[in-house]
Formats: sequence, C-alpha cells, structure tokens
Amino acid sequence: MSVEPQVIDETAAGNTVFVYEGPVRLWHWLNALSIFVLAITGYLIANPLPSVAGEASENFLMGYIRFTHFTAAYVFAIAFLVRIYWALVGNHHAKQLFLLPITDMEWWGGMVQELLWYMFLVKQPRKYVGHNPLAHLCMFFGITVGGIFMIATGFALYGEGAQEGSWAHTVFTSWVIPLFGQSQDVHTWHHMFAWAIVWFIIVHVYAALREDIMSRQTMVSAIVSGSRTFRD
Amino acid sequence: MEIETFYEVMKRQGITRRSFLKFCSLTAASLGLAPSFAPKIAHAMETKPRTPVIWLHGLECTCCSESFIRSAHPLTKDVVLSMLSLDYDDTLMAAAGHQAEEIIADIRKKYKGNFILAVEGNPPLNEDGMYCIHGGRPFVEVLKETAADAKAIISWGSCASWGCVQAAKPNPTQATPVHKVITDKPIIKVPGCPPIAEVMTAVVTYVLTFDRIPELDRQGRPKMFYGQRIHDKCYRRPHFDAGQFVEEWDDEAARKGFCLYKMGCKGPTTYNACSTVRWNNGVSFPIQSGHGCIGCSEDGFWDKGGFYNRVTDIKQFGIEANADKIGGTVAAVAGAAVVAHAAVSALSRARSSQNDQSKGGK
Repeated sequence: MSVEPQVIDETAAGNTVFVYEGPVRLWHWLNALSIFVLAITGYLIANPLPSVAGEASENFLMGYIRFTHFTAAYVFAIAFLVRIYWALVGNHHAKQLFLLPITDMEWWGGMVQELLWYMFLVKQPRKYVGHNPLAHLCMFFGITVGGIFMIATGFALYGEGAQEGSWAHTVFTSWVIPLFGQSQDVHTWHHMFAWAIVWFIIVHVYAALREDIMSRQTMVSAIVSGSRTFRD
Repeated sequence: MEIETFYEVMKRQGITRRSFLKFCSLTAASLGLAPSFAPKIAHAMETKPRTPVIWLHGLECTCCSESFIRSAHPLTKDVVLSMLSLDYDDTLMAAAGHQAEEIIADIRKKYKGNFILAVEGNPPLNEDGMYCIHGGRPFVEVLKETAADAKAIISWGSCASWGCVQAAKPNPTQATPVHKVITDKPIIKVPGCPPIAEVMTAVVTYVLTFDRIPELDRQGRPKMFYGQRIHDKCYRRPHFDAGQFVEEWDDEAARKGFCLYKMGCKGPTTYNACSTVRWNNGVSFPIQSGHGCIGCSEDGFWDKGGFYNRVTDIKQFGIEANADKIGGTVAAVAGAAVVAHAAVSALSRARSSQNDQSKGGK
C-alpha cells in the first residue's frame, strides 16, 4: 500500500501474498477468545445470575465469574502488550493497527471508495494487501482505542478491590478514578465501551465474511493461514 | 488572653490526669496508631498551644453538626471542650449577633495563619452569592476572607467537598464546593452526608495533635478513613462472592441478609468507613439495617441515576436509559443492519451475475 508499483504487482489475479505473521494471527484469535469471555463474564458481573441456594461458605459463583473475568483481562492486556511489541519488530501489516495515515489523501480517497462499495454505489472494491482504509479506521478505534480504554478502566476497577499498594492501583486506579470523578462513572463507561466492542465485533465478523465472498481477495483464510489470495 | 496549651485548658476544666491519659490512648486507638503514640499525643497536648477552630456554615442542612455532636470516641464533649477550641460555630456557641462576629475578627487577628477553618456546606455563587447570607453578607465573602488567614481548611460533608444535593442539576444557586473557591490553602475533604461522627472527631484530633494534615488521597480525602470501599469491608461480602443476592425488598434473601448488590447498593463504588466504624457508637450502618448504600460520600452521587439500580442511568442520553439498554439496542440495530445489508448484497450479487450471464458470461 505504501509503494504503488508494489501494490499492483502483489495484487495480481491468482497471486498469493503472505500478510499476517504467526504472532499476529495468534494474537487475533487469543484476543477474540478473551473478548468473548470478558463480554460474557462482564455482563454477569453487572447483572448477576439468580441467587444460589445453601450456605455462603459453600458457594463461590460470583467469585469464580469475577476470577474468570480478571484472568481473561490479564490475557487480553498481556496479549495487547505483546502485540504492540510485534508492531515494532513485525512486518508492515503488523504496524497498521496502531497507525492511521491521516495525512495521506489517497488513503482518504480509498475510504470514500469503500463507503461507496458498502452503499452498493460502485461495482468493484479496490484490492488491498492489508486492511482497506475503512477497515483500518474501524480496527484502530475498535481494537486499539477501545482496547486501551478497556485496559485502563478495567484495571482501575480491579485496583479498587486489590487496594492501594497493588500494581493496578498504582498504575491505573490512582489516576483513572479521579479523572472520571468517581468509581460509579468508571463502571458505567467500562460497561458502555464493552458494548461498543460488541458492536465492533458484529460489524467486523459480517464485513470479514462478506468481503471473503464478495471482494476480490480472501479474508477468513488469511487470518488463519496468514496468506491472502487475489481472485481477479 | 494568654495562649494556653491543650492540657492547660483541660486541667482548667477539671479533667484529671488519669482521664487525660485515657483520652490520649483512646485517641491513638481511634486513629489506628500504635500504643506508643499515646504518650506522644499526651506530650503534644501538654506542650502545644491550642489551635482554635472556626466552624462556618454555608448552604447546608446541619447534618454534619448533628453527626459530629454524637461522636462516641473521642466524645464530642472532650473534643469540643478540650481538644478543639471551637471558638466559633454559630449553631453550637452561646454568643450571637455582633459578639459572635467579633470572635471571627479576633481569632483572625490573634491567630493569623494559625487556626483551622472548618466549613460545613458550600457557597452558592449565583447572583453574587445572595442565596446564602451570613451576618448580612454573602457567605462566599465571609468564606474567602476567613480562609485567607487560616492554616488549613476542613471541608465537612459532601456539600463542602463535592456540592451535594444543592449542587444537583440544574444547580440554580450555583452551589460550589469549597476547593473550587479557595485554591491556595490545604483542604481536607471529609465527605459523606453526613460524615461519620468518629471520622470527623478523629480528623480534627489528628490535625490538632500532630499539627499536620493527615495523608490524603488524590481527591483530598484522608486515606485512613476513605482508603477502602464499603464493599471491601462489608459483612455481607461473603454473600456477594457466593452469588447470593436480595432480589426484592421483602423476599427470603432479604430476611437472610444476602448481598444488596442487585438492589443497587453503591458499596462497591463508595469510599467510606461505614462498614468498619459504623454509626451511632458502632450500632449499625445502612447495609446492616437492610438498605443498600446510596454512595453519599461520592462526588455527584445525587446525579448518578437511581439509588436502586446496579447499572445506573446515563442522563446524557436524555431518556432513562442505562448502559445495557443503550448497548443492547445499538447491538440489535447493528445486527438488523447487518442482516439487511447482507440481503441487499446477495441480491445485487445475484443481479450482477445474471447480467454477466446475459452478456455472455465471464
């Protein structure tokens, strides 16, 4: 995408290009799994299941749900950090998630083209080795911004329970809670962004499947095998 | 008048040496200090000149004072008569009118930069402060003037600390917390509506005996009382972890004393000492009496939606909606849009392949 002649070469019909390196694909699926677990357990923390019977000392349902949420959160956050590291050492496509080429007019032109494509106003989408500009923008806000927001607010809430002296309290709670004013607001925003990530996933999964069928390149197999094949 | 030490004042009031030492060790205990601090407190009180306290009342309901006079350890009697030389408090003092106002002027002159200003309530700023008049003048003027000569300020209650109900939207009087009006003095926030009596007396005792303000968190509250959430020390916490909740006010779970989380208890988001110190000489606190915490010591608790919802309403959306309603609705709309878009995609694809075939195919 950065160098025009290269793009023409790479995206020729029948050509297969290696795009997503192993760590990127592993991160994608680990990320998907942790978000799935986080969303379900998170919903159950805000809206707990019906009460369990018996002695309190014999049950730990809410405790297990919260433990699962926190564990998945650690997986999500650590995977995110490793992903940032891979953006530094990985190939060009590994960096895409963290950088928006907002000064590139061609990128914006591509964005318009993609929007027209989704509005059924152009017959054929353009071909891209990595993300198309619209997907790139959605990824950036859904995963990078959304992920950082959820990690910061999530660990701030975790640090409340872990209390002062814990790393989460020192690194996040100590400034996130005062920034929002109080804990209830942080809970509400954490909840709201969780829903925003659910919206992102609905659109992301649909767009990936649709593009896999209708665009001129493979999508789903690319995030499994790492290679993208161009059809025409 | 000559400047006296705390101990001299106590002796003058007929308090025995034995009672004095008992008071010092009780104070050390209530501040969570080691027994070795009792003699230090005693020494401080024997040698330090007493620090006068001016207690001003702004826009408030006097619940802080009501709470304060019910302190059990240390007893308010001891605090007011011995520790705190509460030279001015218009609800507690005998003087009135010009005599009362003279006291403020005297203390400001004699103890310039050396007295504690305790503020209950807050100044309304709208209409040049006319919504709260103190001695014929807007309270905000009296507050600024007195604060200029004070050593430190104690903001009593949620009014002085955050604004409280009189600052609730739309806040017609523009009630403003003290720290937004006085910006050049150390301020100790003691929020709560009201704050716990023992917390109030302990904060005063700490400031006077150690001659410094207690360690504060980033929001300016003493860490020793506001470092933990109600939830962290709640005696119903085992029911929360077990997943046992009150579902309705009169159900079996309510009778068994299960967790009030689903009834909108704000214990998990409220920093205060209610679940440890409790109220009325340690008798009870809201959750113990079967009602959830309303989060009265938190900033903006009056504007955060219902006291009985766990996921609270988001007012910015104009209607009564919480994150789940908004999130679920948008997710449903996104899902429907995806289905519709997929249908149109399939149709247009079918049509274009038909066109291709009629033109002779690919």
